[in-house]
Amino acid sequence: MIRVAGVPRRLVWRIGEVTESRPETPRTKSLFLEVPDWEGHRAGQHVDVRLTAEDGYQAERSYSIASAPENGRVELLVERLDDGEVSPYLTDELRMGDGLELRGPIGGWFAWETKEGGPLLLVAGGSGIAPLMAMVRHRKAAGSDAPVRLLYSSRSYEEVIFREELEALAAEDEGLEITHTLTRSTPEGWTGYDRRIDQAMLGEVVFSPEDRPLAFVCGPTPLVETVATALVGLGHDPTRIKTERFGPTGG
Amino acid sequence: MGRGFISRGFRGRRREPEGASGRVPPGQYLVDGFPVLSAGPTPRTPLSEWSFSIEGEVNETQTWSWEEFRALPSEEITRDIHCVTKWSKLDTTWEGVSVDTLLEGVDTAAEYVLAFSDGGYTTNLPLEEVTGGKAWITHTYEGEPLSAEHGGPARLLVPHLYLWKSAKWVRGIRLMNEDEAGFWESLGYHNQGDPWREQRYWGD
Repeated sequence: MIRVAGVPRRLVWRIGEVTESRPETPRTKSLFLEVPDWEGHRAGQHVDVRLTAEDGYQAERSYSIASAPENGRVELLVERLDDGEVSPYLTDELRMGDGLELRGPIGGWFAWETKEGGPLLLVAGGSGIAPLMAMVRHRKAAGSDAPVRLLYSSRSYEEVIFREELEALAAEDEGLEITHTLTRSTPEGWTGYDRRIDQAMLGEVVFSPEDRPLAFVCGPTPLVETVATALVGLGHDPTRIKTERFGPTGG
Repeated sequence: MGRGFISRGFRGRRREPEGASGRVPPGQYLVDGFPVLSAGPTPRTPLSEWSFSIEGEVNETQTWSWEEFRALPSEEITRDIHCVTKWSKLDTTWEGVSVDTLLEGVDTAAEYVLAFSDGGYTTNLPLEEVTGGKAWITHTYEGEPLSAEHGGPARLLVPHLYLWKSAKWVRGIRLMNEDEAGFWESLGYHNQGDPWREQRYWGD
């Protein structure tokens, strides 16, 4: 059961108001919602979103919360899937002032609070950055000094979601190390990784198994499978590796 | 709250193919692929070390090696499956050993079971939800050995409930007199998980 102060809580549908939307990359957008009576979340959790047409037809999808719990608004990262039913509505149609029905927070496994400590090993692919961004933001907002390493795979430089914010956070914080890899195209002068994440790359970038990092891996299934298997292969404790898969499954 | 709410400008795009009418539970959408979801790394237990057990409140623990398990009579089943993450997939074909077959000769007064898996995953069910031709320990999917990603070498299949009840990498069933919440059930997911009643989360 989801417990808040020891009391299990039923997840009711609420209507959040869109107060801001911001394009992040050509295919992704952040939606900022004011949700009445929102009882807070843990970094890494998600919400269910429900759309209802005039004729009563409904469609539901899950979206990760990208904002820190300390932030009053709920920020959702939406990747537009061309053949999707829900995401094009959220990215193209939804406007400031519109209501969006949602319930949550959901999922207590893929979540992190500063009191759990570190080191924290975060591995993201594409829009899988969203729940990990909530953790990075939570760590800063809560003043935690838990060491964090983030390895983030994107198709191209332009498609690195939250790029500027991540750069700014890393620049002011020695405890946060960010490594990018670009799998399809790289800008001129790029000296970083330019391939899909593999065991060799993880071996160069991540903490040693002796440091017993808590690992969170989020992205498309092939990335998650590769990374989780490679981390186990490098000697990391499987019980300290948590995974969440994002798939364009039609959403 | 939310009753009567209309999402301005949303028209929806029903994509139900021929024959899907009445087969997609509320809040679900159809997929052609077979998405993979799990909470941690995929366990890979060699078949030589694999076994399946019926244990707990039983007269005697039953254990099968992989060879013994595969020698049991298998059934081919075609069922629609529904994941709590909203996707449904129609007409999936599996082969597996009916839980009824595994419970033959087992003497128990237990009313609940806890399926347990490599990697530490568990899920709880009333015994009556896995007996009477409702559940199988599957080893084959669409004619091929079940892949590790999808829960191989063996996966519990309880197709009438949300798919988290169909424990991947299953290694046994514990019979219990008292219900005990499994992995997702203790993290806010519904104890029963009936997709037709949209029992996703606690209190649904």
